[in-house]
Amino acid sequence: MTIVLRGVSRSWEEIVGLSDIDLDIADGERVAVIGRSGSGKTTLLRALAGLDTGITGELRGAAAPAVVFQDPRLFPWRSALDNVALGLRGTDPRDRARAMLAEVGLHGREDAWPRQLSGGQRQRVALARALVREPDLLLLDEPFSALDALTRVSAQALVADLWERHRPALLLVTHDVEEALLLTDRVLLLADGRLVHDERLPADLPRRRDDPALVARRADLLRRLGVEP
Amino acid sequence: MATWQLASSTGALPATTIGSPQDVTAAAWVLIEDGQLSHALVVSLRRVVLGVLLGLALATFFGLVAGLSPWGDVLLDPPMQMARAIPLYGVVPLFIVWFGIGESTKVILIALGVMVPLYLNLTAALRGIDPELSEVADTLRLTRWERLRHLVLPAALPGALVGLRLSLAVAWLVLIVSETINAESGIGFIVNNARTFLQNDIIVVGLLTYALLGLATDYLVRRMERRALRWQGGATR
Ligand SMILES: Nc1ncnc2c1ncn2[C@@H]1O[C@H](COP(=O)(O)OP(=O)(O)OP(=O)(O)O)[C@@H](O)[C@H]1O
Ligand SMILES: [Mg+2]
Repeated sequence: MTIVLRGVSRSWEEIVGLSDIDLDIADGERVAVIGRSGSGKTTLLRALAGLDTGITGELRGAAAPAVVFQDPRLFPWRSALDNVALGLRGTDPRDRARAMLAEVGLHGREDAWPRQLSGGQRQRVALARALVREPDLLLLDEPFSALDALTRVSAQALVADLWERHRPALLLVTHDVEEALLLTDRVLLLADGRLVHDERLPADLPRRRDDPALVARRADLLRRLGVEP
Repeated sequence: MATWQLASSTGALPATTIGSPQDVTAAAWVLIEDGQLSHALVVSLRRVVLGVLLGLALATFFGLVAGLSPWGDVLLDPPMQMARAIPLYGVVPLFIVWFGIGESTKVILIALGVMVPLYLNLTAALRGIDPELSEVADTLRLTRWERLRHLVLPAALPGALVGLRLSLAVAWLVLIVSETINAESGIGFIVNNARTFLQNDIIVVGLLTYALLGLATDYLVRRMERRALRWQGGATR
């Protein structure tokens, strides 16, 4: 099922969040959204998550979206396992939750309270909570920005790996152009609520930080953001 | 204790003011021996338990309705705030007119005293639920019941337990007051009788009993708190 947006806008009185967005996202497609602070990235993500009832225009969203926010937002009074299994339907929800926790590398920490986990571990629980629902669209709002550089690299690798296995459509909001180039097939650039650039990455683009082709694209995107590399 | 005994023995503390620990213990022993104290305890405890249960039920029901629905808030909050502003002891005469001087007046007074602090703390806790977690509940498509069970109640629990402790403290106070005003049985009755006959030792025994009961309930709630709020600590479960 393709996600379709036609003329989607959002504003609060005179403040513009999104303005006249046209966008299609195919099944299993990985899309990065970059843009300066306040450009409307989170607003777009919330619209796609079905969290915003104030948007205008036509939006055919995903059947089963799942969100990972910038902070883990776990229920502090529920164990890691219970957080993942929360509201999960179907057969053996706890077994599926357990398996998903193992997939994000938290086997053995099922009974830990969120307060007993590190920041990176909590964020992995949040990732497991989203993925265990087998979403057709996984929405990530700067999920790694609160992590230290090393943890971030392994969390990025984990997302790449999980996408390979589950293949949901993916929308990754990020400040980090390099992260966008490493993890997605397509980069959208927002400015003042408008979609100003939509770039598909070549399938053969090597996903290595030091690859010259990737470095050149990074420089180009930074220039478009108004930053001289 | 030692100071008390010393002051009594040396006569610095005359027995007409307050008896020595020995005298008080002796008085307590007599009351326990002839079954007066245990009978009074049962009667007083029954009043408190009934009043507290009624008050808790009312507070929980009103608190949930007011805290979770906008119209409930509009409808219930003003009368509750008024109830808070009226001093409880002021309504005692009115209650005696309405309900007589029997058991129901005492139970209802305790229930009212218990209801107000718990209601206030519960509604405050419900209003303070993190909107970000509420949003998570939306994205997880939790049902009403799941939301109540996994988000609303656990989030409100710390505040509710603070309210419960306040409520129980109030319950004992109201018991003492209502038993002092009129009672044909219970601890307050023993104390009142003793006052008539100037038996200070017995009054002290009554007061100590009240104090012990208050401490015991506080201890129970603290234990409940520790168990229910394990997730706030660092220890593994
Ligand atoms: N609930 C709201 N009420 C009023 N204005 C809002 C609201 N939410 C967002 N906005 C405004 O909409 C614009 C876009 O906000 P948005 O959160 O989408 O930015 P962003 O691109 O995610 O920024 P950042 O990178 O800093 O997270 C901003 O100007 C913001 O002030
Ligand atoms: Mg944002």
